Amino acid sequence: MNSFWIILTGSLVAATCGFLGCFLILRRMAMLGDAISHAILPGIAIAFLLTGGRDSIAMLVGAAVIGLLTVFLIQLFHQSGVKSDAAIGVTFTALFAIGVVLISLYGSHIDLDLDCVLYGEIAYVPWDTLVINGAEWGPRAVWGLGIIFIISLLVVGLFFKQFKICTFDPAMAAAIGIPVALFHYLLMGLVSMATVASFESVGAILVVAMMVVPSATAYLLTDRLPVMLGLSMLIGVLCSILGYSLATWLDSSIAGSMTVVAGLLFLISFLFSPRYGLVSKWQVRRQIKLELE
Amino acid sequence: MNWLQVLQDPNTQWVLAGCILLGISSGVLGSFAFLRGRSLMGDALAHAALPGVCLVFLLTGSKSIGFFLVGAAISGLLATYCITMITKHSRIKEDTALALNLSVFFGIGIVLLTYIQHSDSGNQSGLDKFLFGQAASLVGSDVNTMIAVSSVLLIITALLFKEFKLLSFDQGFGKGLGFPMGFLDGLLMVMLLMSVVIGLQAVGVVLMAAMLITPAVTARYWTNKLSTMVILSGLFGALSGAFGTLLSTQIQNLPTGPIIVLGSTTLFLFSLLFSPKRGILFRFLRFMQVRKKVLHQDILRSLYDVMEDSKKENSIPASFFSVERLAIKSGKQAQTVEKALRTLLKKGWVTQDKEDPQKWGFNQKGLHVAHSLVLNQRLWDLFQMHEQNFHGYTIDQSEEEIIPQLNGVQLEMMLKELEHHNMTPTLVAIQSYKIANHTPDQGGVTA
Amino acid sequence: MGIAHPDLPLSIRDITVAYQKKPVLRHVSLDIPEGRLIGIIGPNGAGKSTLIKSIQGLVPAASGQVSIYGKPFKEQRKLIGYVPQRESVDWDFPTDALDVVLMGRYGKLGWFKRPSKRDKEWAMECLSKVGMADYSNRQISQLSGGQQQRVFLARALAQEAQIYFMDEPFAGVDAATEKAIIQLLNDLKAQKKTVLVVHHDLQTVTEYFDYIVMINKRLIAAGPTEEVFTSDNLQKTYGGRLQFIGEHTAVHTDTNKKGALV
Repeated sequence: MNSFWIILTGSLVAATCGFLGCFLILRRMAMLGDAISHAILPGIAIAFLLTGGRDSIAMLVGAAVIGLLTVFLIQLFHQSGVKSDAAIGVTFTALFAIGVVLISLYGSHIDLDLDCVLYGEIAYVPWDTLVINGAEWGPRAVWGLGIIFIISLLVVGLFFKQFKICTFDPAMAAAIGIPVALFHYLLMGLVSMATVASFESVGAILVVAMMVVPSATAYLLTDRLPVMLGLSMLIGVLCSILGYSLATWLDSSIAGSMTVVAGLLFLISFLFSPRYGLVSKWQVRRQIKLELE
Repeated sequence: MNWLQVLQDPNTQWVLAGCILLGISSGVLGSFAFLRGRSLMGDALAHAALPGVCLVFLLTGSKSIGFFLVGAAISGLLATYCITMITKHSRIKEDTALALNLSVFFGIGIVLLTYIQHSDSGNQSGLDKFLFGQAASLVGSDVNTMIAVSSVLLIITALLFKEFKLLSFDQGFGKGLGFPMGFLDGLLMVMLLMSVVIGLQAVGVVLMAAMLITPAVTARYWTNKLSTMVILSGLFGALSGAFGTLLSTQIQNLPTGPIIVLGSTTLFLFSLLFSPKRGILFRFLRFMQVRKKVLHQDILRSLYDVMEDSKKENSIPASFFSVERLAIKSGKQAQTVEKALRTLLKKGWVTQDKEDPQKWGFNQKGLHVAHSLVLNQRLWDLFQMHEQNFHGYTIDQSEEEIIPQLNGVQLEMMLKELEHHNMTPTLVAIQSYKIANHTPDQGGVTA
Repeated sequence: MGIAHPDLPLSIRDITVAYQKKPVLRHVSLDIPEGRLIGIIGPNGAGKSTLIKSIQGLVPAASGQVSIYGKPFKEQRKLIGYVPQRESVDWDFPTDALDVVLMGRYGKLGWFKRPSKRDKEWAMECLSKVGMADYSNRQISQLSGGQQQRVFLARALAQEAQIYFMDEPFAGVDAATEKAIIQLLNDLKAQKKTVLVVHHDLQTVTEYFDYIVMINKRLIAAGPTEEVFTSDNLQKTYGGRLQFIGEHTAVHTDTNKKGALV
C-alpha cells in the first residue's frame, strides 16, 4: 500500500509539472521554470515560520506570491537592460540564498532541513495522512497535489485556446485583444503552485526536471499540442513507476531516480522517435542516398 | 569574537583567502560568459558537476579535492556536449536543453549521493557540502588548490584577453582574422568549468551560478569598457567573498555561501538603482526630463506652425491661438497643452492674449526659440528625405540637433535646399537672428 | 480632439513612435479610404512594420490617435485582421495548418467558447481559398515558406475582418504563393475590405496596389498609386538608393524634377 501512495504521489507531481511544462518549453521559458522552482524556497520558509507548521494553504499562497514576484523581478531587470538569462540567474540565486539563510537560522525551530529541500520526502508521504473527524483520508500530499492537478487541468482546459495562441503567436493574440500578460502570469502562478505542492515530495530542485524532461520527450514524439500534453503526463506517470523501482533497487533517492528515468526516456525518444529521432533521421538520409545511387 | 580576533584566526584567514580568490576568478570568467550570452551555462555546469564528484568518490573512495576537480570537470564537459548535441540535432531549443541537462545530471548526482549515504554512512560526510557549500570547512590544502587553479585561470585570461574579447564580441570576425575561435570557445568553457569546480566546496552547486553572473551584471552597470568591466567584476566578486566570510563568522548558523551571494546581490541592486549611466533612478529622471522637454518642444512647434499657417492663409495673420487649435495641431489632449503652456509662460516664452486669456502666442524670446526648433526639425526632415544629396556630410542621426553638425558651407547649402522645397520657417524674431554667426541654442528648450 | 469621420476605415492622427531615444516614426497622420489595396512602402528601417504595429497597439506609441470607422481602435478590434511576419512565430509548434487557421476565429469566439463545427468548416474554406486545402492536416514545420505564408493569410481570412494589416506577405515566397496572395487581395478588395500591406518590392507596386502610403520615418505621401507613385516622391522616400530599382519601374514622372527615372 505504501508503494502505491508513493507512486501515486510521484505520478501526480510528474503529471502536473509535465503538463504545465509543455507550455514553458514551447514558450522558451524552461529556465524561468527552473528559476521559479528555486526561488520559492524563501516563500516556503516564511510560510513555515509564520504558521509554525506545514499549513498547506499558507504555503501555497506564499509560494505563489514569491513565484509571481520572481517572474516580475526578472521582467523588471530585463526591461531595465539586463539580458534575460542573466536576469534569471541573478534573481533566483538571490531568492534561493535568502531561503537557505532563513532555513539555516531558524531551521531547528521549524522542522525543515536542507536535505528535504533537495530530495523531498516522498518516502514519508504515506505516513503524513489527512485526518478528518478521526478518520484517515489518505496521505495529505496526495490531496494537495490532486487538487493542484485538477485546478491546472481546469484552468488550462477552460482557457485552452488562449493559452495556445499566447504560446504560438503572442503578437496575434495581443492584436485580437487577448490579455497576453494576464495569461502569462496565470501560467506562472500555476507553475509556482505546482512547484510548491511538489516540493515536499520531490524537493524544490528536481521539480524542474519533472517540468522539462517529460514535456521535452513528448515534444519529440508528436505534432499535436493536446497529444503532447497527454503524452507528457503519461511519461510522468511512467517516470514515477520506474523511478520508484529503480530507487528501491539501488536504495537511493526516489526523486533522483525519477529524474534519471525521465532522462533515459528522453534519450530513447531523442534517438528513436519515429519522426524526429536521430536514428530515424539517419535512416531516412541513408534511404535517400541509396535511392539516389 | 570581535573582528580583530576573527582576522587573526588562521582558519578564518584560509577561508577568507579562498572566498576572495574564488570571487575574483569567477567574477572575471563570469563576465566573459555573460557577454557570450551564456550566463546560465555556469548554472548548468555547477549542477552537472555533482554526479562527477560522487562517481569519483565511489570509484576511488578518496575525498581529495584534486580528484573531485577531475570528476566534476568530466561530467561538466559531458553536460556541455549533451546540450550542444540536443540543440543541434532536434527541434528542442537551447533553454529547454539547458534545463533538461541541468536537472537530469543533478538527478543522477542525487541518486549517487543517496546511494553512497545509504551504503556507507560513515564516510560520506564530505560530499553533501557540495550541495550548499560549507566555506567554513575549507582547510589549508583546499585553499592551496584554489589558489593554484584560480591563478592559472587569471593568468590565462590576462594572456588571452584580446582573443577572448574578440570571442565575446564578434566570433565570425575573429575567425576571419585567423584565430581558432572554436578552440578559444572550448577553452573558455573549460576555464568556466574550473572556476565552477573550485567554487563548489565554498558556495555549493545551486548558488555557484550567482558567483558567475551577479558580479558581471553589476560591473556592466558601471562601465562600457571590457577591461574595466572584467576588473570591476573580479573586484565585486572579491568584495562579496570577503563580506560573506566575515559576516558568517559573526553570527551562528549563518552559512557562508548564501551570504556571499546576498552580498553580491546587494551590490547589484545598488547599481541597478543608482548607477549614473544605466541606473533606474537616473534613467527615470532623465526620461521624465526628456518627456517634458519633448512636450514643450512639440507645443512650441505647433504654435509656430499654426502661426505660419495663419500667415499663409490670411492677409492679417493672427498672433494668438486657442488651446483647442493647438491641441488639434499637436495631436495632444487640451489639458496637457494648457499645462505645458503655463510652464512655458513661466519661462517667459509665450504670452496670453490680453483681450482673451484663453488664447496664446509667442513673445520675442519664445519665437526665437521656436524658430530654431522648427528650423532644426525641418532640416532633419530635409536630410532624411534627401539623404543622397548630402552624401559627404557626417551626420549622427541619433543626435538631437543637426545644425551644430554642419559646417558653414553645408548649412548654407541645406538652407537653400529648404527654400527650394518651400520649407523655410518664415516667422523670424525681430531680434537679430543671423544664420552666419548662429550659435546653437545650448540650453535648447530644456525643461 | 477631432474625431475622425465614421466612414473612414482607418484614420491616424499624429502617431510618433520612439524606441529608446531615436524616433522611428514621426508625426504620421493618415486617412485611409475604404475598399482599397494599400501598399505601405519605404526603405529598410523606414518604420513600415512599426506603423502597422503601432496602429494595433502592439508597440507603444509616444503620442497619437488611431480610429477605426470613427471609433477608437480598442472598441473596433474585431474588425481587424493581422498577418504578422512569418518569422515572428516558432513553426516547430506542435500543431497543424487547420488549427492555425482556426486561431483566426478566437477573437470572434470570446472567452470560453470553443470553435464549433461551422468554425472548422469556415477555416477549411479559408484554407482552400489560398489553395492549401490538401495540407490541412500537415504539421506546420513541414510546410514550405510560401505555404506557411498562405496559412497565415487563411488565418486572417478566417477572422472575417473589415481591415487587414499584412506585414511583408510577399517576402521570400514562391511564384504560386505570390499568385495566390494577389488573387486573395483582389477578392478582398471586391468585398469592399480595406487591406494594408507592408511591401518592399518597388517593381510590383503599381501592379498590386491602387493606393500607396510612402514613409521614411515620416509620412512622405499617401494617395492613389497613379498620383503618388512619382519619381519625386520615390526620391524623397528612398533617396540615393533609388538607382537599384532599375528601368522597368513604370514611374509617373514629375515634369520639373531632376533625376527622373526610366
